Amino acid sequence: MDVNKIKALFPMYTKHPDLIYLDSSATSLKPQYVLDKMNEYYSDYGVNIHRGVYNLSYIATDKYDEARQNIASFLNADFQEIVFTKNVTEALNKAALMFSEFLSPGDEVITTELEHHSSMLPWQVISKNKKLKLTYLPLTKEGRITVENFKKIITNKTRIIALTYVSNTMGYMTDIKEITKIAHEHNIVVIVDAAQAVPHLKIDVKDLDCDFLAFSGHKMFGPTGIGVLYGKKALLKKLTPIDFGGDMNENVDLYDVEIKDIPYRFEAGTPPIAEAIGLSAAVDFIKSIGYENIHMHEIALLNYAHAKLKQVKGITVYNWTSDIGLINFNIDNVHPHDAATLFDKNNIAIRAGHHCAQLVSKLLKCNGTLRASFYIYNDRNDVDAFVRTIEETVSFFSQF
Amino acid sequence: MDMTNLYRHIIMDHYKNPRHKGLKGYKQNHLRNPSCGDDITIEANIEDKVLKEINHEGTGCSICCSSASIMSELLTGKSVEEAKAIIEDYYHLIKGEPLVNEDILEDALAYQGVSQFPARIKCATISWKALEELIGENIE
Repeated sequence: MDVNKIKALFPMYTKHPDLIYLDSSATSLKPQYVLDKMNEYYSDYGVNIHRGVYNLSYIATDKYDEARQNIASFLNADFQEIVFTKNVTEALNKAALMFSEFLSPGDEVITTELEHHSSMLPWQVISKNKKLKLTYLPLTKEGRITVENFKKIITNKTRIIALTYVSNTMGYMTDIKEITKIAHEHNIVVIVDAAQAVPHLKIDVKDLDCDFLAFSGHKMFGPTGIGVLYGKKALLKKLTPIDFGGDMNENVDLYDVEIKDIPYRFEAGTPPIAEAIGLSAAVDFIKSIGYENIHMHEIALLNYAHAKLKQVKGITVYNWTSDIGLINFNIDNVHPHDAATLFDKNNIAIRAGHHCAQLVSKLLKCNGTLRASFYIYNDRNDVDAFVRTIEETVSFFSQF
Repeated sequence: MDMTNLYRHIIMDHYKNPRHKGLKGYKQNHLRNPSCGDDITIEANIEDKVLKEINHEGTGCSICCSSASIMSELLTGKSVEEAKAIIEDYYHLIKGEPLVNEDILEDALAYQGVSQFPARIKCATISWKALEELIGENIE
């Protein structure tokens, strides 16, 4: 893969030619192609959908539907199984809230300490309110979710498992397919946080067989303000929408409303139209690069970085066995926020702190960490600058 | 950008050897910055509109923790009115704005460099905000 050609597709590099962007796990940069497709909506057919009987509205509706179909096909899902939300957080909250209608006091919910807050917090709160029992799947010493440990904590009361596909702090991939197989043998519903998975690996929801799966657009070259909740058709049909209002109903009377079929019943009000079209463009962009190339590229960079980091004294890397291009680390005796300022000075964007996963910081027994994440526009020069800055930081703070 | 503008020796000294650390049970205010993990409690013993004693406890980066230490040292013994003026000028300093009175900040002048690092303003002010709120409550 010619990284210079790839960089040229991202206008952020035109504006900031010296930027070393190693924070794609927070949000990816956006290719011009995606921005153009969104602009095209606003400038060429920027009207509301499902409402006007005029031609432009018909075109906008058509493009919005096309976007949903494109995303559905990408995941091997059906059109009706794709619900647009504002992000993965809203998707996971909606899934939890809507499904909780079917849970009773004493029912058990399993989640893990590896989760992003958006995956475990909805269940923590619902469990309190509905008197459910919340159980944390014991992670391995390395910090991974395993099928074996899942099997150990299933009881005849377990109804839900909410878990991450790829960890946003450690980069570990979970065997969702096998966990789902076992979960379904016990009638357990599986809710997958795929926010860090979709940018890096091909997802086939029929093959995984999970019940719900959610992700955001902005981590996979798409715009902010759009996410996806995938749900199995039969399950979605059972759920009561949370939001009521325009566009989600078929007939409104004084004391009754007939709601539309799925997925529209879950999308009250004017949806993020440009963003849905942008996300669909992002899907096309990923397809044009190819997941295999994405994976090979980031793992090659990861290996290159690991080899260099093994030579650096005074740092702790927490995830040498990451499955994606993600390094979670600390500079010994330097607070992550202090270190981040030196990276910032050198035009290197990395994340510092808890990464919205405080349970992981507590597991690692530290006050937050530094996280560098690689994507297709990164190259060996970026890694070199990154490692040089680590060395500079170690040496700078050793003077005090 | 020169890192020694931000990380002065006096700052790193207060980070590694904090003064006034440890709470004694006076009136407290606890502030957190969840995005970076700064977690600071400031307590003050305010009698007759004088800050008789200030202490702190918590975790965070060097800018956050050292500023709690330097602030506690600087403001102990000051009247509420004096403290308020110093706090105001400290905020001016952090934002790179002109000071009302250059002589009152003393060791806290070491944080002059923060204005060149906007991402660190919250770190440098969290302890001061905590104390400012405490003083405000006390007056009410």
